[in-house]
Amino acid sequence: MRRVRNWVIGLIVLVGTLGRRRRGRPKEERMVPSGSASPRSEVVVTLLLLAGAACAIAFIVIYAIDGLAHQTQLLGLAIGLSLGFIAAALIVTSRRLVVTEEIAEEYPEPEHPDERDAIVEVVHESGDRLTRKRLLGTAAGAAGGALGLALLAPAASLGPALETSSLYRTPWLRGRRLVDDKGRPLRADDIEASNFYTAYPEGADPGQMSAPVVVVRLAPAQLELPPERSGWAPEGLLAYSKVCTHAGCAISLYRSPLFEPVQPGPALVCPCHYSTFNPASGGAVVFGPAGRPLPQLPLAIDGRRELRAAGNFSGPVGPSWWGVRKGRPT
Amino acid sequence: MLRRTVRFLDERSGSAPLLLKVLRYLFPDHWSFLLGEVALYAFIVLVGTGVYLTLFFEPSLAKTVYQGTYAPLRGVQMSDAYKSTLDLSFDVKAGLLLRQTHHWAADVFVVAIVVHLMRIFFTGAFRRPRELTYLIGLLMLFTTLLEGYLGYSMVDDLLSGMGLAIGYSVAMAIPVVGANLALLIWGAPYPGDPAFESRMYVAHVFILPILIGVLITLHLALVMLRHHTQFRGERQSERVIVGVPTFPGQTPRSLGLMLSVASVLFLLGGLVQINPIWLWGPYEVGQSTNGAQPDWYLGWLIGGMRLVPSFDLTIGDYTIVPNPFWGGALFPLVVLVVLAAWPWAERRLTGDRRLHNLLDRPRDAPLRTGLGAGFLAWVFLVFISGSADRMTVLFGLPYEQLLKAFTVAVLVVPFVVFLLVWRACVELGGAEEVEHEREAAEAEARAARA
Repeated sequence: MRRVRNWVIGLIVLVGTLGRRRRGRPKEERMVPSGSASPRSEVVVTLLLLAGAACAIAFIVIYAIDGLAHQTQLLGLAIGLSLGFIAAALIVTSRRLVVTEEIAEEYPEPEHPDERDAIVEVVHESGDRLTRKRLLGTAAGAAGGALGLALLAPAASLGPALETSSLYRTPWLRGRRLVDDKGRPLRADDIEASNFYTAYPEGADPGQMSAPVVVVRLAPAQLELPPERSGWAPEGLLAYSKVCTHAGCAISLYRSPLFEPVQPGPALVCPCHYSTFNPASGGAVVFGPAGRPLPQLPLAIDGRRELRAAGNFSGPVGPSWWGVRKGRPT
Repeated sequence: MLRRTVRFLDERSGSAPLLLKVLRYLFPDHWSFLLGEVALYAFIVLVGTGVYLTLFFEPSLAKTVYQGTYAPLRGVQMSDAYKSTLDLSFDVKAGLLLRQTHHWAADVFVVAIVVHLMRIFFTGAFRRPRELTYLIGLLMLFTTLLEGYLGYSMVDDLLSGMGLAIGYSVAMAIPVVGANLALLIWGAPYPGDPAFESRMYVAHVFILPILIGVLITLHLALVMLRHHTQFRGERQSERVIVGVPTFPGQTPRSLGLMLSVASVLFLLGGLVQINPIWLWGPYEVGQSTNGAQPDWYLGWLIGGMRLVPSFDLTIGDYTIVPNPFWGGALFPLVVLVVLAAWPWAERRLTGDRRLHNLLDRPRDAPLRTGLGAGFLAWVFLVFISGSADRMTVLFGLPYEQLLKAFTVAVLVVPFVVFLLVWRACVELGGAEEVEHEREAAEAEARAARA
């Protein structure tokens, strides 16, 4: 019984489609206008496509050869040319082999006022049964907001957002030796004027921002340190944090010797934004965007003529934040 | 065969009407309408090459001693991230090609977006009803900047470390919450928790690409729903669009453009060196290199940070606004807000609230073109002052004086540019009017004679 029914339905559908097909547009009314053939362009496109294929194969061959000199360049050339040839084939196709007639049609309706009204109506009518809309709205807002906060709360595990004391911490303390990047102690007599030395705290992680310092030697008569820092620069040896107080790059330029007319004193310069600090006057900013002087590390020379820290920095190390002037390095 | 495929699809998805609509969707014809497409195709190349790179890159800061192919760095301690990028460049066949193509594609991607934005701005394509499309595009541009920054930052070479230190300082400099935000993101004071590398990685290869993909989809959907804008012409009007249909006219063109973009990117990737990380060396907090320049699309932020004079805004012991905030955060924020607010600002200024499908030529809107050119000059001058140190090296000019000159230029030149461009537009418009009048008069005279 069911079989017969299916057959009947199938037959009806078939007749329906046949009828529709017969009623379809007459053959002479084309959707895409006809253009003249261009056999020469077809040859050109074919050649371009074949060239593209050849370059793609060349890419595979170059890839397969081990130890080829300039392999990167050849690979790039092969794949680039392959893509280029195929692109050229497509562009010739678009210009010569397909119709690119311009058609005019209406822009879509800019507005649908009826549908807009219907949307508003649907929403309004759906809420007709509610008598305490504001109460329910508030409760839904509370639920949504609280749930949102709950889902966001684990993000606090990312970092110690409320514990900023770590920003004041440095590995430097009284008596800690200055060593170079190989761990060898810096000796006072090895520090030459007009030269520039990077040092780290002995036995501490050199990878933290507060670890690296620069050491330079100036003539003691040149120094203009603030009075409370007398004795911080024994024999004219000065140490400053190597991390710029502007944006945290390492200060790796030392301007000395000098061209007197424009550069009257030695300067430590950061290559990122050219904040320029004066080592003679306790690291004061003389040019550039930095907002704080470079923190100075008090030095001492021990019995073996090796350099040691005589205390912690004059201020927190690295870029400024809201609390940078509130605390001392610890 | 074709008939059967179409029937198969239509029976299962009912999509024949939609498909027909897409095939006959009209693309108005002008070269400048292809700029957005260039960006799209660069994005496709980025995704393709990027997926390949993830198969080799190890997002880990664990220390290791390099013993690989590149002799000058043998015996140097470095992170797995940096080492795997070296190995990818030297030991993986075609690895360097794909890495360099990826980097070039990123640079070209942002160029294409910026030039596309300029086209949209100066022709008034952002006007009603296309403000949303425009806003999504802007959002995409800024997402892309972050995406690119993370891309070269996670390699952990010396340059990327310096860039991250600057990023950390800008985050720290955000008023009131900066330090807390920076500690949250980095997990510890700079250089941060080792997990920060994974955070950059997942953002760069997963979260941001998906966001950009979603924004592209929305952007294109909105373009299609409202149709393209077009320049004035004989048949064109606010109600009638004239263009080439997707198929057959536009398809080979667009595909040709796609393959051309890919071709140029692969040729660049193979033949023109970019970001040779083996020359920079691994990042150490205590190391930096002179003459460091970021990828071009972050140059304006470096410039902005350099031009700000030395001060932190303080009240008592509290540092309200640390210096990097001005150039590194406020400046791009101002640029974003000005651009995003412009469609509404222009509506306020001109009182023009109509729908627009026809584009302006730049001269048709002297005020917009003048203000836009002045704004562009402002951003561009900040951008090139980010390379003032290179100019010092190239031309031997003293850096301090150069920077002072740039400061003056940044404050003055935009106004000059505004006045010049505005005036030029007004004059061009006036000249055209005279021309029209003369033609009309001549026609009249001819008619009278006849």
